[in-house]
Amino acid sequence: MLRGKGGRISFFDEMNSQEGETRSPYRDYCGWFEAEDVARIQHKTVQAEALFRTTGITFNVYGAADGDERLIPFDVVPRIISASEWRRLSRGIEQRVRALNAFLYDIYHRQEILRAGRVPTDLIAGNVAFLPMMMGLDPPGGIYTHISGTDIVRTGANEFYVLEDNARTPSGVSYMLENRETMLQMFPELFAKVPVREVSDYPINLLKSLAACAPPACGGTPTVAVLTPGIHNSAYYEHSYLADHMGAELVEGHDLRVVDGRVAMRTTQGYKAIDVLYRRVDDDFLDPLNFRPDSMLGVPGIWDVYRAGGITIANAPGTGIADDKALYSYMPDIIEFYTGEKALLPNVPTWRCSDPEHLREVLDRLPELVVKEVHGSGGYGMLVGPAASKKELAAFRAKLEANPSNYIAQPTLSLSTVPIFTKKGLAPRHVDLRPFVLMSPQGITITPGGLTRVAMTRGSLVVNSSQGGGTKDTWVLED
Amino acid sequence: MLGKTAGSLFWMARYLERSENNARLIDAGFRIALTRSSTAAAEWKSVLVTAGVNQAFQTAHGDYSSARVIDFLLRDPANPSSILSVIRQARDNARTARTALTRETWEAVNTSWMTLTALLKRQVREDDLPDVLTTIRQQSAQVRGALNGTMLRNDGYHFALLGTYLERADNTARILDVKYYLLLPSVAHIGTSIDNVQWETILRSVSAHRAYRWLYGAEISALKIAEFLILYPQMPRSLAFCSERMENHLAQLQRHYGEETEAWRLAHALSHEKLNAPIQSIFDGGLHQYVTGFLRDIANLARQVERDYRFVE
Repeated sequence: MLRGKGGRISFFDEMNSQEGETRSPYRDYCGWFEAEDVARIQHKTVQAEALFRTTGITFNVYGAADGDERLIPFDVVPRIISASEWRRLSRGIEQRVRALNAFLYDIYHRQEILRAGRVPTDLIAGNVAFLPMMMGLDPPGGIYTHISGTDIVRTGANEFYVLEDNARTPSGVSYMLENRETMLQMFPELFAKVPVREVSDYPINLLKSLAACAPPACGGTPTVAVLTPGIHNSAYYEHSYLADHMGAELVEGHDLRVVDGRVAMRTTQGYKAIDVLYRRVDDDFLDPLNFRPDSMLGVPGIWDVYRAGGITIANAPGTGIADDKALYSYMPDIIEFYTGEKALLPNVPTWRCSDPEHLREVLDRLPELVVKEVHGSGGYGMLVGPAASKKELAAFRAKLEANPSNYIAQPTLSLSTVPIFTKKGLAPRHVDLRPFVLMSPQGITITPGGLTRVAMTRGSLVVNSSQGGGTKDTWVLED
Repeated sequence: MLGKTAGSLFWMARYLERSENNARLIDAGFRIALTRSSTAAAEWKSVLVTAGVNQAFQTAHGDYSSARVIDFLLRDPANPSSILSVIRQARDNARTARTALTRETWEAVNTSWMTLTALLKRQVREDDLPDVLTTIRQQSAQVRGALNGTMLRNDGYHFALLGTYLERADNTARILDVKYYLLLPSVAHIGTSIDNVQWETILRSVSAHRAYRWLYGAEISALKIAEFLILYPQMPRSLAFCSERMENHLAQLQRHYGEETEAWRLAHALSHEKLNAPIQSIFDGGLHQYVTGFLRDIANLARQVERDYRFVE
C-alpha cells in the first residue's frame, strides 16, 4: 500500500503513475483518447448500452422482486496489460491450474497429499464439496478442470495476487467476448493504432478442448452439448452464447435421458447420444437418482453412464473441492507438492477462522479485514470491515463466533485502479481480473486478457456484478 | 435439432402472429365502439370470444366498457393472450431457441419485447390507441422481415412458418366462428345485403376490406365474404391459403428429414379435401359445423406436429 501526501492511502493506478505520467501500456491509448471529442465518447457510451440491451446480455438478480432484467454496466475505457506482464501472469496461472488438476486427481485416488500431512484430512473428509463417489474414478483424459477462471488482483507495479480459484463453473466469458465486440464496433480505428491480442477464438478453443476429452464410448467426431438450468438462470445468456458459437446444442435436463447406456438428447428425429457435456449446473443437481432427488435440472442415471465411460462431464463432478475457500490458504503448499516449484503467483494472506488462534486475531482486527463464507460466491454473505457499520460488525462478530469454520478472513487489499469514463472525465475505480483457462490432454490454453470487473462506485472495493460492479474490455498487448 | 428447440420456434412464431392478430381485432372492435356505441358491448364481447378470453374477462371485470376491454386485451396480466403476455412468451421461446435463430431475428424479437413492454407500461389513452396498434403491427413486420431475410431455409425456418400459418388459420376460423350468424343467409337476409358495418368489421379484422373490394367490387354478400375468407387461395389469411402453406412446410420438413409424417397427411387432407369444396356446399352443410370442424382439425394437426417432431417427451 502506498501512502500519498499527508499520509492518505493511495492506490496503484494502472494508467497513471504516482508522478502523473502515463504508464507505458496505456501510452498509445491515451494518445488517442486525448485527441478524441469527449462528447463523441459520451454518445458512444449511450450507444453501447442500447447495443447490449438489444443483444440481450442481461442478467436476473437473485432475490430481486420482479425478476427485472439488468445490464452489467460497461465502461468504455479498456484495461490494458503489457505483453511482459501477461507472460508472467499466464505462467503463474498455468502452473496453478496444473496443480489444481493434479490435486483433484490425487484427492480422488491415493490422497498422497493427505498422507504427507500437507493438507489436513478433516478439511477434505468433512467438506460438502468433496464427492466420495468420485473416489477411484478416472475422468476421460484425466481432466477435472476443463474450464476454470483464476481471479487475480493487483496492488502494485509488480504485485499480483490470486484471490480465488474458480474450478466449478466460472461465468463471465461471454462478457469478455461481447465487450471486445462492442469496442470493435464503437472504436474500430483504435484497434488499428494499438496492437491488441485477439480473444474471439475462445469458443472454438473451448470446442476443441472439450472434444479432446471425449469418453471411451465415443466413436467418430464427438458430439458436444451445453447443459443449462434454463432461460431463468442468471447466466443463461452466456450458456446460449457459448452453445451458439460452438455450434453445439443447448440442452436442459428434460431434453435428456439415458438410452442404451448413453446420455442422449431428444431431437426432432429421436434420441441422439452426447459425448461431452459442458454442464452449467452444480454437482448437486446433476443426477436426481444419485444426488438431490428433488432436482429437475439434471438427468436421472447420468452418474452411472459417467462411471462406465459413456460421457464426459465438464467440469468433472467433485471439482468444487479445489476452489473451496478453506483450501485456498493451502494452495502454495499444493502447488509445491505437485509441481516441485514455488508458486509463481502468491496467495493473499488468509486467516482460517476454524483455527482458534486465527479466529482470535480476526475478531481483534475485524474492522480492517474482509471476511468471506467458505462456500459463498458472488459477493454474498461477505463482510468488508472498513466499509461496515458498527452494527454490521457486531452482527458479523456473532456469526463468526457461532460458526467459525464457515469463514476465512483476509486483509483488505488495496486493489489497483483503472480510470472509468464519467460525465466529469476519467475517474479511477478499483478492478480485478478473471482470465479464462481451458485444459485438455493436449494442453492448457489461456485467452489473453479475461474479464476485468470494476467497482463503479468511488472508493468501493466490491466488483461483483450482483453488487453493482461493471466490466471493461481487457487488452493484452502484442509484443 | 432438439425437439424442444423445434417446439420453441413453432410457439415463438405462433405468439408473434397472435400479437398481430389481436392488435387487428382490437382495431376492428374499437372502430365499432367509436361509431356505434349502442352495439359496442356486443362487439367487444365477440372480440373477447374470438381471442378466446371472454371467460377470463368476465371473471376479472364483468361489464364490457371499451376502456376495460382494451386494457385487458393489451396489458392485463390476468389475460394470457394480452399483447404483453403474448410478446413475453414469444421472447421466452426465442430465448429458448436462441441457438437456432440468426442474430438479426433474435434481436428483432428482443427489440419488439422491449418496445412493447415500454409502450404498454401504463394504460393506453384512447387517443393513443391507433398509434400503439400500428407499433404492434410494425414490430411484428420487423420480426417477419428478419426471419425472412436472414434465416437458413432449414428445419427451424419451417417449424417457425408452420406456427405462423397454424395460428393465422386458427384466428381467421375463430373470426368466422364468432360471426357466422351474420353470414348465414337467414330469411330476413335473403336477397338483401348484410349489415354493412358488420361485414366491414369482419374484413377489417383480417386486414382485407380493400382487397375484397378490388376482387368483388360492390357486391357484398355473405356467400362471397365466406368464400373470400375460407377458399380464396391468394388471400394470405384465408383458410385455404394457410392450409396450403402448412402442407408445404410439412412437406419440406419431410424432405429435410427423409421421413414421412402423419402431420403432413393431416395437412394434405385439410387442403385437398376439406378446402376443396364449392362455397355453396359448405353453406348447405352448415357454416358453423364447417368452421368448428376446421378448428378441431387444426388443433389435431398441432398435436400431431408436436408428436411427430418430439417437441415434448
